[in-house]
Amino acid sequence: MKLSLRIWRQPDAQAPGEMVSYEIDEVSEDASFLEMLDVLNERLISEGDDPVAFDHDCREGICGACSLVIDGQPHGPQAATTTCQLHMRKFKDGDSIDIEPYRAGAFPVIKDLVVDRSAFDRIIQAGGYISAPTGTAPDAHAVPIPKQDADAAFSAAACIGCGACVAACPNGSGMLFMGAKVTHLSLMPQGQPERATRVLGMVAAHDDAGFGGCTNTGECAAACPKEIGLDVIGKLNRDFRKAAVRAA
Amino acid sequence: MSTDFYREGAPALDTKAPAGPIAERWEKRRFSGRLVNPANRRKLRVIVVGTGLAGASAAATLGELGYRVANYCFQDSSRRAHSIAAQGGINAAKNYRNDGDSVHRLFYDTVKGGDFRSRESNVHRLAEVSTEIIDQCVAQGVPFAREYGGLLDNRSFGGAQVSRTFYARGQTGQQLLLGAYQALQRQVAAGTVDLHTRHEMLELIIVEGKARGIVVRDLVTGEISTELADAVVLATGGYGNVYFLSTNAMGCNVTAGWRAHRKGAYFANPCYTQIHPTCIPQSGEHQSKLTLMSESLRNDGRVWVPKKKGDDRHPADIPEDERDYYLERRYPAFGNLVPRDIASRAAKVVCDEGHGVGPGGLGVYLDFAGAIERLGKKAVEAKYGNLFDMYERITGENPYERPMRIYPAVHYTMGGLWVDYDLSSNIPGLFVTGEANFSDHGANRLGASALMQGLSDGYFVLPNTISDYLADGPFDALDETHEDVVAARKDVDDRISFFLNNDGDRTVDSFHRELGKIMWEYCGMERTDEGLRKAIGLIRGLKEEFYRRVKVTGKAEALNQELEKAGRVADFLELGELMCIDALHRTESCGGHFRAESQTEDGEAKRDDDNFSYVAAWEYGEDAPVLHKEALEFEYVKPTQRSYK
Amino acid sequence: MAVSGILLVLFLVAHMAGNLHVFEGREEMNEYAHGLRTLGEPLLPHESILWILRIGLIACAVVHIWSAVVLTRRALQARPVRYASKKPAKGESRHAVATMRWGAIVVFLFIIWHLLDLTFRTVNPVKDVPDAYGAVIATFSPERWPVTVFYLLALFALFFHLRHGIWSAVQTIAGPDTKWRKRTQAIGLFVALIIVLGFAIVPISVTFGLVN
Repeated sequence: MKLSLRIWRQPDAQAPGEMVSYEIDEVSEDASFLEMLDVLNERLISEGDDPVAFDHDCREGICGACSLVIDGQPHGPQAATTTCQLHMRKFKDGDSIDIEPYRAGAFPVIKDLVVDRSAFDRIIQAGGYISAPTGTAPDAHAVPIPKQDADAAFSAAACIGCGACVAACPNGSGMLFMGAKVTHLSLMPQGQPERATRVLGMVAAHDDAGFGGCTNTGECAAACPKEIGLDVIGKLNRDFRKAAVRAA
Repeated sequence: MSTDFYREGAPALDTKAPAGPIAERWEKRRFSGRLVNPANRRKLRVIVVGTGLAGASAAATLGELGYRVANYCFQDSSRRAHSIAAQGGINAAKNYRNDGDSVHRLFYDTVKGGDFRSRESNVHRLAEVSTEIIDQCVAQGVPFAREYGGLLDNRSFGGAQVSRTFYARGQTGQQLLLGAYQALQRQVAAGTVDLHTRHEMLELIIVEGKARGIVVRDLVTGEISTELADAVVLATGGYGNVYFLSTNAMGCNVTAGWRAHRKGAYFANPCYTQIHPTCIPQSGEHQSKLTLMSESLRNDGRVWVPKKKGDDRHPADIPEDERDYYLERRYPAFGNLVPRDIASRAAKVVCDEGHGVGPGGLGVYLDFAGAIERLGKKAVEAKYGNLFDMYERITGENPYERPMRIYPAVHYTMGGLWVDYDLSSNIPGLFVTGEANFSDHGANRLGASALMQGLSDGYFVLPNTISDYLADGPFDALDETHEDVVAARKDVDDRISFFLNNDGDRTVDSFHRELGKIMWEYCGMERTDEGLRKAIGLIRGLKEEFYRRVKVTGKAEALNQELEKAGRVADFLELGELMCIDALHRTESCGGHFRAESQTEDGEAKRDDDNFSYVAAWEYGEDAPVLHKEALEFEYVKPTQRSYK
Repeated sequence: MAVSGILLVLFLVAHMAGNLHVFEGREEMNEYAHGLRTLGEPLLPHESILWILRIGLIACAVVHIWSAVVLTRRALQARPVRYASKKPAKGESRHAVATMRWGAIVVFLFIIWHLLDLTFRTVNPVKDVPDAYGAVIATFSPERWPVTVFYLLALFALFFHLRHGIWSAVQTIAGPDTKWRKRTQAIGLFVALIIVLGFAIVPISVTFGLVN
């Protein structure tokens, strides 16, 4: 198939960027979206141009490195699918496709389509863990956990930290990411002792990083490639309210 | 023999494994190793390269102990290391199922599964520590699968006859890594670990015979800097990407390990690669990587090919009696659950005979029709739904209606830098953990053992053994003006400026793809003397062409993904040659290494214990590599021919 | 945002219910209006309860608007560069993306008009404050149809504002699980419909001469 691409090109963090048009031909419908970009890059290099920089690694939808906003949608048009797992058979011959980086003040562009998502790591540093130094653990069966709690915790913990929620949110909020971690850890008995300090710390780090506030539009959950739902934001709100009241 | 390709050096390296009854050795080593006073730990700096299971767990644990840790990864976040993609599970000898499991049985299975090419002492320690890993991960909040009673669920995995595999749906690696990642981030917040993401190690710094630091490139600014320390830990993963197409992440590379090898660290058993039987077949030339479908699929799926060669009917139209369920036919006892190396080669055999299905005839069916009939579609969906969805996204085919097509792909490398019982390489102060070392899996790794080894090394083994080395520290203060530091840094600068100034016309990827094809063809699932010799010649020619024609655009002082790839492919070219030499010299078949010349009458791998019961540890040589043999002794598990019939 | 919003919703419900007195005729309507002013008498001075309520209401409105301004400013800072290509929203409250902030401005402008019209009577032909009934009939009389249209337009904006705002407030304060979130969304929709229909029926009835 033949495609017209418009791709955001920006040489570095300081320089201004712009959408640049490229025509690409003979794209296999079995290729993944990133493989289509690989083919474009091979051509750009042979022509002596700078290839398009984009983040990617595992290419099987789990590392969370790939990002991209394709035609205005983080990870493109297919639901529950990361960019690396999106295949060209979802597009039609002759389509024009816009490819942009995630847009968020907390995710500054490094180059072209590559953004800096270290703000997510800072949110985790502010409390997104259970303090269990190596060697201190009791037997794994010491505390039974109801299956439904363990399953719900897993579903929240399936977050890949890709940042699509932030990219999709009209307010640039990171609440879904944060809610997923808070939900995972607060459903586990091991997570109880730090439950209040965790949520207060994480919310403060989230706000410091420059993410926007949540207005419950639900765009984050609709964009999430791992289908994490708005209930994690509900849980985050509940935990935050309780913790804030107790701290006051 | 192939001595024209290598020289043989002095045998027997000291493995430092204590003597005595095997079950007491780890205890003994922990006691005999010297300790570092907690107040002195603050004065000791340790570099950990890599943030996968082995790296993050080591960095976090060393930080908790009070060492000053500098941790590096090339990804944009430490959470993205490729351990995250492990699907199946993690083994532990808990015997929660009361089905006869024990530390000794896990030890036995692992030594046997490794086709008697691993060290008994190391494997026993791995089995012992396995139970502590599960406890540790549960304490961190890892959401393992549980039963209705609230206790942990187990499944049987990868041909094991006991249920000892703990799992978190099909994303066990992800959950274990996030546990280690969170522990690491906690230490970053506590100030004990300096974490540097988007940094790549490009050289090892050795001063007076000791590993004292690394040279790194900041992948965003391009700045080259040095990090100096008292010890260096490489937890940099495997080298499966030497095949270009593998299930590894795109960024996985051998550079850190290869740079250490060039500085004197021995590279052990490089030819032991694991080819995973259940991957989605290649669809075209554009393909950049292969995707693994969890081995657990073989628990309910049946593998078959059409009996008639080149049969291109829709699989549903092929009647039962025209299907060859070749695994069940050849291995009635284990059937579809034979270990990975056996399942992979069996698939290659039927495809080579012309029975393969799909593009190029490189695929076999993995059929769930029977399971759907027996268990119902709902139950199959609950168990494998996410894998089925992934398959459909990639291939556009619905596996509920049409059998999956699968084909083997490179998945894991058992070889790696040589380490002793303490996980120390032969360079003092250079430690190697996880897939980057060679130690525990022998010639073939069993399913659900990689996660176990990575975490065992990082949480429990290294933090205990490294103190014996660090007890001699802090070592003499160094600064960046030391001649060895300056020289290491200059090497890096020179390499980068070579690539950027080379007047070439071929992309890095085109070389990588070509290298991958050579490796897959001649050093893949089946190896021959003739093929390996040919491969060595081809790789040497390709390497010469690479330096003549490679074209790298962009500049050094910025994010430059082509430059990153160029350095990695340069190292893969050298590694590929060593792999072929290792494969050529080992004229026996064992585990993942199948030499066509060494097979039984019915086509199974035939080991040669009299001549090859050793670890091949290769020393770098400018003209030819030097082979050092570490003899393997089996006191507890006597080598037998593996049989899964 | 959520707390002030919920209080404002409660006010709307009461206001809407009170408006329905218009169907009982001039006397009952005016008596109800008078009753509001004399609430708490003779224990408390004239209009004291009414002013307490009004001050509370104004405080809620100020807090609500201030929160909206803060959230909007944060949102603008959180996305300094806009996307070049836009796709329609896909979330559970997708209508809110387009309607919440613009709708709020429409409602705000309407409230100013509404106060000048029916509270202060600045723009209402009936200046006699106790005659609430007369003022309503006058303002929605058929020849002043644009007033009715504006009123209905504001209600339309209010409907979308409430449809999202009610469940959103509950989500923020109580954080329901998925099952209860769906229920809250349904309840929010229902309450929004009741409020808006309850308000709309008065001007429509007057304009079409059903009440005079």
